[in-house]
Amino acid sequence: MATVTKTWKLFIGGAFPRTESGRTIKAVAGGTVHHLCKASRKDLRDAVEAARAAQTKWASSTAYLRGQILYRLAEMLEARRSEFVEAIRATSRVTPRKAKAEVEASIEHVVSFAGWTDKIAIVLGSQNPVAGPFYTFTGIEATGVVGVLAPDESPLLGALALACPALAAGNAVVLAASERHPIPALVLSEALATSDVPGGVCNILTGEHAELVPAMATHRDIDAIVAAARGKHAAALKAGAAENMKRVTIVDPASDFTEPRWRSPVAFRGVTEAKTIWMPSMA
Amino acid sequence: MQPAQSIDWSYAPAPETFPVEIQQEHGLFIGGKFVDPRSRKHFDTIDPATEKKLSRVAEAGKADVEVAVKAAQKAFKGWSRMRPAERAGYLFRIARRIQERARELAVLESMDNGKPIKETRDVDVPLVAQHFFHHAGWCDKLAHAVPGVEPRPIGVCAQVIPWNFPLLMAAWKIAPALACGNTVVLKPAETTPLTALRLAEILQEVDLPPGVVNIVTGAGETGRMLVEHPNVQKVAFTGSTDVGKRIARACAGTDKRLTLELGGKSPNIIFADAPMDQAIEGIVNGIWFNQGQVCCAGSRLLVEESVVDEVIGRLTHRMRSLRVGNPLDKNTDVGAINSRQQLERVNSFIECGVQEGADRIVCFDGALPDTGYWVAPTLFRGVQPAHTIAREEIFGPVLTVLTFRTPDEAIARANDTNYGLSAGVWTSRASKAYEVAAGVKAGVVWLNTFNQFDATSPFGGFKESGFGREGGRAGLAAYLA
Repeated sequence: MATVTKTWKLFIGGAFPRTESGRTIKAVAGGTVHHLCKASRKDLRDAVEAARAAQTKWASSTAYLRGQILYRLAEMLEARRSEFVEAIRATSRVTPRKAKAEVEASIEHVVSFAGWTDKIAIVLGSQNPVAGPFYTFTGIEATGVVGVLAPDESPLLGALALACPALAAGNAVVLAASERHPIPALVLSEALATSDVPGGVCNILTGEHAELVPAMATHRDIDAIVAAARGKHAAALKAGAAENMKRVTIVDPASDFTEPRWRSPVAFRGVTEAKTIWMPSMA
Repeated sequence: MQPAQSIDWSYAPAPETFPVEIQQEHGLFIGGKFVDPRSRKHFDTIDPATEKKLSRVAEAGKADVEVAVKAAQKAFKGWSRMRPAERAGYLFRIARRIQERARELAVLESMDNGKPIKETRDVDVPLVAQHFFHHAGWCDKLAHAVPGVEPRPIGVCAQVIPWNFPLLMAAWKIAPALACGNTVVLKPAETTPLTALRLAEILQEVDLPPGVVNIVTGAGETGRMLVEHPNVQKVAFTGSTDVGKRIARACAGTDKRLTLELGGKSPNIIFADAPMDQAIEGIVNGIWFNQGQVCCAGSRLLVEESVVDEVIGRLTHRMRSLRVGNPLDKNTDVGAINSRQQLERVNSFIECGVQEGADRIVCFDGALPDTGYWVAPTLFRGVQPAHTIAREEIFGPVLTVLTFRTPDEAIARANDTNYGLSAGVWTSRASKAYEVAAGVKAGVVWLNTFNQFDATSPFGGFKESGFGREGGRAGLAAYLA
């Protein structure tokens, strides 16, 4: 019997649609030819719509629940450990050891952020001792819908390093997978689909970054962008983002995402908002 | 309730007579000295209440901005490496000097800006002193300020500030920048440069090392040259959303750190169970404080439908007792609009509101002064959410009234804007107050109060109201690398 090979599709709103454009990208992985979806602007719009629809509920679910759901995602990654290793090896030709290490670090990363959800406000929030008869405190909220541009180096860990802070804080994410090595992110979409992460909270697109960058930058319903980008792409993201004052975080695509700073509270900076609430302390 | 039209609300004049000397001409403050501009250009700054010239101020050109940035670069090494407790010493002394010269600064601010002395004396200047005092104390505690951040200064900060709170915005920008070890080139607004230049005198008095703070006066072009200067590492801007977007685009191809505090169209939400006396005062404070020229002004009044007549009845009654006029009169509630340009902008919005079919209500029955720029407190009823006056920031004493029926509808209406700076919520039920506070997308939410500010309390917006916070430790993060 002939082997059944997988058809890779986009991941939008918890479902696996083909690109509406019908366009594909030829990719060879592990000796097999794949025709991946080349997402269009319209696919991006659909993903943003799904993200927006899911975000409020995700943000208003308790931090404890979001933590458990992210931990469940780590369990799903663990269950697909060998598939991830294969996907990373097949496309990026790294040594088995390196691929294993990346998957290991990726799982650990998700677990770390499962533990962050109920600590963000503790660490970054404050009670403000104002000089007047008021009780004032600053809470930390999700920014909203976050566009993520994953790096080519460490295609799985890089994607998770940029997406996890946003997800943990209660944002919904539209992730553009690594352009050169998209398949690990597609395996991630299957892990997401079988985890308890609600549909639409994390959407994954494959395609050309040159096409997705300007669309992401200028989309008025994206609130923030976290992008592994350089030079032209970085400038285009920042310039386009000015249209609706998106918060833009640019990271070096060649970063070592195993460094502790990727799990530090600094990671929440571009994807959270400080909200300060005042009330009179005397009637 | 009986309208109290028969009462004569006029007070005898109570002018603030504290004498303030103003030099006829001001140079630029660069490298610790006042210098003549290389541009050889000057412009006048006037008192918007009298239209009389107060002084001639230098207009910084390209060469001037160049020299100012160089001075800040030169000062950076010494300032950033100074022992933190010593750096703190300068900031504490600045705070004390401001307190000593508080009345002088308040009077000067009222003259240059047009806002009532009551506000400059009781709000602006005390907050300025507090901002320096609070940040002085941070200098040697930065390691504890921002979790995950090893505190390092960023470098030279270009700071461009607006005319609505001239000295307060200077303090909000300069104090955290200096506390974190950065140096500054500040550009005050062209219509209100005088208090920043007076602050420069204070900086000289406390022997702040030359170049740590430089002040270049001028208009938009000076600001543009400053923020686009390649040797600036950090840009902080407070002002309109349009200019903020231009600055964001101009900085797009660079690694400059950017914080923007922009416009607003903030909702002030009144539930039927609100403590009504306080709510009416909160509405008045929300929109007529500083003539409504406040980025976080409560300019969209959202009233629960069942009490809209009561609220408008009480509000119009209260509007009759607002005293509009001489900013230097201690009884004045509403002063002058800051400039002719702003006056025309506010009036064109009022015109637009009338044309779009909203009902304009003006309760001021006194006479506005013959000279100067004035708008009587104005409110619009019968406003639709799609009306221009319900969507665009007017930045004047103009309130638009909309209604809602349920908390969910209140939240939806509150969020029906591109802005997200502040919101007010008035209700006696704590659970409802917190539910609505959680639902509104705004950086500052005032429950049963409005327009409160404090150095310890972060201020700044969601969405197109900009990004970054000022005040508290969230504010410090913006000035650490």
